[in-house]
Amino acid sequence: MATASHAHDDGHGHDGHHDHKPGFVARWLFSTNHKDIGTLYIIFSILAGLIGGGLSILMRMELQSPGMQYFADGQMWNAVVSAHGLIMVFFVVMPALIGGFGNWFVPIMIGAPDMAFPRLNNISFWLLVPAFLLLGGSMFVGQGAGAGWTIYPPLSTDTYQTGPAMDMALFALHLAGASSILGAANFITTILNMRAPGMTLHKMPLFVWAMLVTAFLLLLAVPVLGGAITMLITDRNFGTAFFKPDGGGDPVLFQHLFWFFGHPEVYIMILPGFGIISHILSTFSRKPIFGYLGMAYAMVAIGAVGFVVWAHHMFTSGIDVDTRAYFMAATMVIAVPTGIKIFSWIATMWGGSIRLDTPMLFAIGFIFLFTMGGVTGVVLANAGITQILHNTYYVVAHFHYVLSLGAVYSIFAGFYYWIGKMSGRQYPEFWGKVHFWMFFIGANVTFFPQHFLGAQGMPRRYGDYPDALHGWNMVSSIGSYISAASVLVFLYVVWRTFTSKEQLPANYWGEGATTLEWQVSSPPPFHTFEDLPRVR
Amino acid sequence: MTDQTVQRRNRRMVLGLGGVAAGMAGLSFAAVPLYRVFCQVTGYNGTTQRGGTAPAVAGDSSVTIRFNATTQPNLPWRFQPEQNAVTLRVGEEGMAFYTAMNLSGAPVTGVATYNVTPEKVGRYFHKTACFCFDEQTLAPHQRVDMPVAFWVDPEIARDPNTRDVSVITLSYTFFRTLADAERAGALASAGPHVGRAAGIP
Repeated sequence: MATASHAHDDGHGHDGHHDHKPGFVARWLFSTNHKDIGTLYIIFSILAGLIGGGLSILMRMELQSPGMQYFADGQMWNAVVSAHGLIMVFFVVMPALIGGFGNWFVPIMIGAPDMAFPRLNNISFWLLVPAFLLLGGSMFVGQGAGAGWTIYPPLSTDTYQTGPAMDMALFALHLAGASSILGAANFITTILNMRAPGMTLHKMPLFVWAMLVTAFLLLLAVPVLGGAITMLITDRNFGTAFFKPDGGGDPVLFQHLFWFFGHPEVYIMILPGFGIISHILSTFSRKPIFGYLGMAYAMVAIGAVGFVVWAHHMFTSGIDVDTRAYFMAATMVIAVPTGIKIFSWIATMWGGSIRLDTPMLFAIGFIFLFTMGGVTGVVLANAGITQILHNTYYVVAHFHYVLSLGAVYSIFAGFYYWIGKMSGRQYPEFWGKVHFWMFFIGANVTFFPQHFLGAQGMPRRYGDYPDALHGWNMVSSIGSYISAASVLVFLYVVWRTFTSKEQLPANYWGEGATTLEWQVSSPPPFHTFEDLPRVR
Repeated sequence: MTDQTVQRRNRRMVLGLGGVAAGMAGLSFAAVPLYRVFCQVTGYNGTTQRGGTAPAVAGDSSVTIRFNATTQPNLPWRFQPEQNAVTLRVGEEGMAFYTAMNLSGAPVTGVATYNVTPEKVGRYFHKTACFCFDEQTLAPHQRVDMPVAFWVDPEIARDPNTRDVSVITLSYTFFRTLADAERAGALASAGPHVGRAAGIP
């Protein structure tokens, strides 16, 4: 699609000052280079993922059998559930997809030398580190912050979450939110102002489109969360009563504010994945993406409609029939642009010369699993059915199919697709495939039975359950152990990749890979596109 | 385009985007009063209407009002309705009593939240006088009768959305006021970093 006529000089000569790398501290701590910051984000996300994933294994160990085995009480359980959710959302999926791949490839794909504000980019990353330490630390302070990732009052008020742990978690969200807002402003400015000559909006690669929509969602949604948790903090510590009925407040208002942020947030997590999957399918089918404009505007539509469906998370919070009917219909409308994307992906593969390398396996796995989670989403959109399924494991299965399997598969797909570009080294194809199949089996064995558990009425957020639900819980736990083992395989893949001696050429995927990152060397020079490429 | 024009454009754009983010944060605070007004105007969430005079002529259909009472554990009161239900015609002004008794040996101030179910009738349920409009202070072991006067708008029988409603439940939940809870030291249980226990006078 995009071809640059500019052949880049990636020589290391002393006359070419542009590829001079600073020393270790200046390069990694004070980094202003979009590729280095992207690398930091990806490393951060992998480390946070090991911790957040480790918590989920703890949870599955507890749920393997009825009764309480490893957890002292419900509060400890709640604290771990909350930490798992918040870590996965704010410190694994978002840093990997937005901070990691976004930083690495948005400037290269649009032919810009770097992000618009490199120092802002640096502070975005470094705000995330103390945020993560605060959230992780909150588990070990007092009784922990056990209000779920949704932090609804009254459970999150000082009456039920005493001690500073909850305040630490809330402040962690503030920092992570500030990081996201700064990052979003940076991405929007970069994409709108810094495209190479000839790179019109309608020529932009779909990953850049996805990042543009995501950045707008972040900019509009995250400040609302910031406002809501500020009110929560003052309710807890400074005697205000925004959400306390005894002072004239209304706890349901928090739910409205939270989900006005929370629903766009789920699209924030999945849209960059949509972009990555489009690139991979096109590359490995050796065909341009089917219906490019439809794909781009489907993402815009998903982002826009995502702002007017929030109350479908609150069908049991006492909202009247007409309101439920509206939110139900609006929610189902989102299935239309999503369907456009799924069909266009399939049409991209149709008649293509398909190569089933590891990135393609993850991409096809993504389509399968995301469609599955999308279908249960349409089921849950029905206000009537949600009266029964609300807060059951059916919901847990639904959002893990779209996030734990959907978004995380897109992260792995992007990793295998671009690791050669980012490092210049070849990942071991065989072990990549082993990783895919183990993770695919493990994740499905973990989450598919949770549909049955939810349909049988097992509620979320309890560390214990009636004996009758033992069977499927056991199966689900075994699945999580398979997934955990697949993570070890992934770490082995990383080790093998970085110890590999094989140097990769600029475009190691061949003719299917057409975006600008395939025109620079692997790894790209420290500074890319100091002379802007011209896109035809 | 020179580097400097790009930089200037970038700076202008990021300031605008920062303004958008600040605006959204501001809107989240504006949501607090807006949400209250929205509920009051539309009767959303079973928010009842306040005041208004009952029409001179009552309607034909009748409606049963049931009374419900809940007390927050923090409030040492016994609070209950004196009658389970009354039946009256729409448009007719009714009166009911709740009783509250302070079980503790100290004066206690409470405040009630209230709504009606089904929630869709909130816009047709008018209260002309209610103990719930103000804070109530009970002396030690004092027992009081608390009146509530109300009428149901005859429109309820004409609105296709609500004409199937023949029973309305009026519900109150009494809380200890925040100020009183603080006076009583009830906040001391709220954790060492909050309020007085932290050494704030």
